[in-house]
Formats: sequence, structure tokens, C-alpha cells
Amino acid sequence: MNEPALGGIAQRAQDRPEPILRPGNTNCGGCGMSIGWQFLSRAVAHEPIQIVIPACCGIVTAGPYPYSAYGAPILASTFASAAAMATGLSQAARLNGEATRVLCWAGDGGTYDIGMATLSAAAERNENILYICYDNEIYGNTGGQRSSATPLGAVTTTTPIGKEVGKKDIVGIMAAHGIAYAASLSLAHPDDAMRKFRHCLDLEGFRFLHILSPCPTGWKSEPADGVQLLRLAVSSGLYPVIEVFDGERTVINVEPSFSYEDLATYFAAQARFKRERYSLEAVAARIQRNWRRLRVQAAASAALAEPLPEPAGAPLAV
Amino acid sequence: MSTQLMTANHAAGLAATLAGRANRRGRGFGSGVYPITPQTECIEFLCKQDIEKGHVVRVESEHSAMAVCIGFSMAGLRAYTASSSNGLAYMTENVFAAGFYRLPIVMMAVNRTMGPPWNIWVDHGDTLMLRDAGWIQLYCEDNQDLMDLSLMCFRVAEDPRILVPAMLGQDAFVLSHTIMQIEVPDQAQVDRFLPPLDLPHRLTDQPRTVGGLDFPHEIEQHREHHAAAMNRVFEVYAEAQDAFEAVFGRRPADPVVPYRLDDAELALVSMGTTASTARAAVDEARRKGIRAGSLRVNLFRPFPERQLAAQLAGIERVAILDRDLSPGMGGILWGESRALAPRDALVQNYMLGLGGGDVRPEHLVAVIDDLAGLERAGAPIIQEVA
Ligand SMILES: Cc1ncc(C[n+]2csc(CCOP(=O)(O)OP(=O)(O)O)c2C)c(N)n1
Ligand code: SF4
Ligand SMILES: [Mg+2]
Repeated sequence: MNEPALGGIAQRAQDRPEPILRPGNTNCGGCGMSIGWQFLSRAVAHEPIQIVIPACCGIVTAGPYPYSAYGAPILASTFASAAAMATGLSQAARLNGEATRVLCWAGDGGTYDIGMATLSAAAERNENILYICYDNEIYGNTGGQRSSATPLGAVTTTTPIGKEVGKKDIVGIMAAHGIAYAASLSLAHPDDAMRKFRHCLDLEGFRFLHILSPCPTGWKSEPADGVQLLRLAVSSGLYPVIEVFDGERTVINVEPSFSYEDLATYFAAQARFKRERYSLEAVAARIQRNWRRLRVQAAASAALAEPLPEPAGAPLAV
Repeated sequence: MSTQLMTANHAAGLAATLAGRANRRGRGFGSGVYPITPQTECIEFLCKQDIEKGHVVRVESEHSAMAVCIGFSMAGLRAYTASSSNGLAYMTENVFAAGFYRLPIVMMAVNRTMGPPWNIWVDHGDTLMLRDAGWIQLYCEDNQDLMDLSLMCFRVAEDPRILVPAMLGQDAFVLSHTIMQIEVPDQAQVDRFLPPLDLPHRLTDQPRTVGGLDFPHEIEQHREHHAAAMNRVFEVYAEAQDAFEAVFGRRPADPVVPYRLDDAELALVSMGTTASTARAAVDEARRKGIRAGSLRVNLFRPFPERQLAAQLAGIERVAILDRDLSPGMGGILWGESRALAPRDALVQNYMLGLGGGDVRPEHLVAVIDDLAGLERAGAPIIQEVA
């Protein structure tokens, strides 16, 4: 079932007069990242922002110097350094009493792979940064090589027979840092997505958002199908839409139907998955395992709200 | 101003602290730091300081240390870090980035041998690897240099005519851990010498992309501007020396520093602490009747080509002393400066003190004797001293 888009309201008085990603950008038609930017634009509204974008499709789309397709100040960072450069900008704003919100907008390569140590360290220091990863499950900018976010079975230019291992659980990894907020969002579920953008823009400390981002060029899918593919990824349980507060309280935001048919359609609609190279049964079994774990986490979160029994006996003498 | 005893690492840390505090009237001070022997005492010192409107980020790697400085500097803050050898190698990508963003970041680099195999002693190969990163480079000879040239680096790098980062090399242990007497300026003096930084291209809330795509034509222009800024360093450096002298009452070292060269027939060209050893060797040779002199290269980028050529005019024999080796080529200082000696001069490359070998005056006296007896220049020589 499709969600009604943002209560049916297209443009509101408090929205930005122009989007962050403006017309004239070079993203492919049907790029999920472009949709992500429109959400972010609305959520940010008129707040002052600075955005760090490492090497990825997201920076190429800005166009060549001196033009910028972005209607916001952008620092194009080296591939691994988004979270560290953002640290400098964000601490600078704090020292100068400025309300500027500092964001990172990075691909899966800059997040799961080369930027992981830097990202982890910024999260550990609890820097005041909102880090957004748009995950197209591939190195798009360099022409479609595998990343550690590429799913099992996907053919890329460096996994010609299909990837033999699955992807990392990035929300789990980030939540394990104990940060204020880590969530995944679906661009096909706009109300939930917008709520998450707004919620974490207002939080202090390190926040992480994961966006599954259809990439017709890399996924070998129809440009018009992106949102429908996301619906299938969510309904089949392949892409859990969840949020984790303070690294300990997990909430499941969208309940999948676990439809086997949706899963089959999702795979069949993308030529990166070759029928002879993957087993839907194996994928379904992974989904089952993942969701058992998520349910345990969500249930444990509810238990976290209950007070612990008073510690028995006298405190230990040290 | 006071006279204090301290290591070069502490002198560098103190200079950064004074410079950082001086920008409290501007947008403040920021640093990203990561430890490596023999630089650690410098950043440990910095982490203990209370810097008004300043913040030191303890990062997870040198790559991020420079990235954090880039963030601070891009926001218009005065930024500083320090590293050494493999740390510099790990940082390299962002060293280039800082150069090309044209950010006046200052970095102290303790010159140490690249590994593995691991060796923590002096060798200039680490910072020389970064000579093309678009940074100003200076090489210290004593602990006072760490104080004075650090402040000079901020002043010159932040000058609106320059706006390129500056790197200050110092010899591992020979300086970094050796206590010397130095003159320490007051905050009020540093405030006078270092006006608040006003970075014209800092990131504000205006829409714009910094560091995005450049096509060949834009790269040509950006590199041309960068090179032109580098060429202005000589003039701005000289002005800064005057200003320094007016405020602190001493004059920081010139881009190249001659010693007894006026009537010399033979010269030793070197960088870092080798230059002070060279002076002792020159005195020794002169006692034996050899007309020797020495030339210290203090500023390595921009390369003081004209100053070097002018100083070497009339010299018949030149020994270029490298504490580095580019395998398959020879000494890097030699490679850059051999063409600057007079056309008929004999120029021989000696590499001494690789891996921290202790270069003593007698080694350089032996070099002078060898040079004096050469019929023609040969291949670069690795002179063992350890
Ligand atoms: C240090 C470094 N290594 C490699 C590259 C080449 N490179 C640029 S973008 C990229 C992949 C980006 O992938 P991702 O982060 O997923 O973003 P996408 O292009 O998919 O949007 C690579 C490998 C680089 N710019 N820097
Ligand atoms: S390659 Fe993919 S992620 Fe990159 S712009 Fe095209 S559709 Fe978007
Ligand atoms: Mg990608």
C-alpha cells in the first residue's frame, strides 16, 4: 500500500524557496539520491546549514567550478574525510556561537568502506553532525564497482559473477556507538522519512541516517521504477525501516508483509541480479534471521523502560 | 619576553598555543592531533593548554587530523597540527587537499625516517615527499627556530597575498627532544605580530561548492594562482622578518643562510641541523687553510633559486649534503640545487646521517677533504657515519 505523500501538501510557506539540489544537476534520471535531497530540503527549511560531501555521485552532480547545482554551502571533501572535515566546521560553529547545522552527505563507499574509521571516530567523539548515507549499494561515480554495501548476488564490474557475501549492517554498527539517533528511512514512505529528517536535524550530537537509494544506472533497472523498488524492498523485509535511540532503544517503523512475491519482483526488476546467480530461498532465509534479531532488539527495548531491581547487599568496598 | 629552557617539541607547542590565543579576537583556533614518535610531546603539550576560543580534536588518524584542520580553517579559524614520517605519509592525501583549498594551516613536522623497517631518527625524506603538495616548507636549525619560524609560518601563510599552508620541519631527537635555551615571547607581543585571520574564501552560508570539479582550464588557472602566490612568499617573508624584528627584537633566519662564503672556494650546502655541524667543519677546514664556507637552505618551498645561485657565485667546488635519498636518483636537495652552482663548478652529492646517523664535524671535515681532492663529480655518495 502506498503512503499518502506528506499529507498531500506539496509546498508550504516554511519550505525553502528553492531546493538544495537545484535543476541543472547531473544526476541520472531516476536517481534515488535526487529524491533524498528534496526531502532534506523540506526538512531543513530555512535553517543555516553547511554540507560536507566526499567523492561520490553526490559531488559530481554539483557541476564544474565555478558553478554549483547546490543551493547551499558545500565543502567537497576527500573520499574518506567527510566526518572529519565536518568536525572542524561544526566545532568552529560552536566556538563562534553560530547556529549552523553541519551535515555530511556521503555514498555507501565513503561510509561503509573508506570513510569507516573516520566516521566511527566522529561518532565516538559525539560530534554535533548529522551524517546521511545515501546507499546505492555500489561505487556509482567510478562506474559501478562493488562496495561492502553491495548485496549478496549483485553483479558489479568487480563482482562479475555476483557478490558472494552480503552487506554490512550499517545502522547496527552506528547504533553500537551509542549515538543519539541512528535510523534507516525509505524514500517510498515520505511521512516516516520526513519525521526522521526533522527529528534528527533538531537533535544535538552525532546522528546517522541511512537511505537506500535506487540507482537505475548501477541496478540496471528502469529509472521510473525507483520508488516502487523501495516499496518492494520494504514490504519483503529486505530493507528494514527502523530507528535506534541512544544506541539502545530500537523501534520498528514499518512492518513488512514478508511477501515472497514482492521479493521475487524486486530481484527480477533489476538486471544486476542474474537469475542463475542468486537463490531467493537463501535471501528469504537471511531476511528471516535479520528480522528475528530485530524483533528481539525491539522487545528488549521495551524491557529497558522497566526499572531494574535495587542492587542487593552493601556496595563493594574498593 | 622571557628566557626558558625547553625542547623543540615544547617550543613548537607553545608557539601554536600563543598563535592560537592570538586569534581569540578572530574566529578562534582549531587543531586535530594524532601522536607519533618523535612529535608526541608537541601535541601532548597542546592538549594541556587552555586556549580561549580554541578546541583540539583528538582524532583517530593523521588523515583525519589534517581533515579536521581543513574543516576549522575552511570556517576561518587559525588551524595547526603536527606529525612525522609515516604519519605524514598517511596524511598525504589531505596535505595536498589543504594546499589546493588554499588554507593557511600550519604544521610542524618532525623529520623522521620512513619505515618499515622502523627507525625513529632523523631523515628529511618524509617532508620532502610532500614538497609538491603546494605548501611552504621551512627547515629548523635550532629550538629558537621552532618558536620563531612557527610564528613566521602563521604570519606568512595567512597573508592575503599568500594563503597557502606552511610546514615547519625539525630534526628528530637532535632538536625534538633536546632542551635548549630559547627566548619566549609574551602573548601581547604575539597578538601584535599575528593579526586576527580573515580568510576571504571561508565557507559561510552562501551557496557555493568548494573543492568540486575543475576542468583542465580551471586547473590551469588555479595552479597558476597557486604558483604566483608561492612566488610572492619571498617578498612577504622579508616583510614578516622586519615586522618580527620590530616586535620581538630578533630577526628570524633568511631563506638561505650563508656562513663564511664571501671568500670561499668550496661550499657545503645543507638543511636542518646539519647546517650547524657544517659551520663547525668550515671553521676546522679554515684552520687548515682551506677556504670553505657553508650555506643553509632554510626555505625549501618556494625554492630560493635566485638566492642560492647568488650565494654560490664564484664557488668552485660544492658539496650538497642530503639527509634523504630518492632511490634511483640521489639526494633531493642535490637534485634541486645542483644546477644553481656556477657553470664550471664541481658539484658532488653526499648523503649523510640517513636513518639518524650522528653527523659530527669530523664527518664533514672528511667531506671537505674529499671534495677538495676530486678531479670531477661522481655519482651521489652515501657516506656512512653511524
Ligand atoms: C582516496 C580515493 N580513492 C578512490 C577514489 C575514487 N572514487 C571516487 S568516488 C568513488 C566511489 C564512490 O562510491 P560511493 O561512496 O558509494 O558513492 P557513489 O559514487 O555511489 O554515489 C571512488 C572509488 C577517490 N576519489 N579517492
Ligand atoms: S550512477 Fe546511480 S547514484 Fe549515481 S547519479 Fe546515476 S543513478 Fe544516481
Ligand atoms: Mg554508492
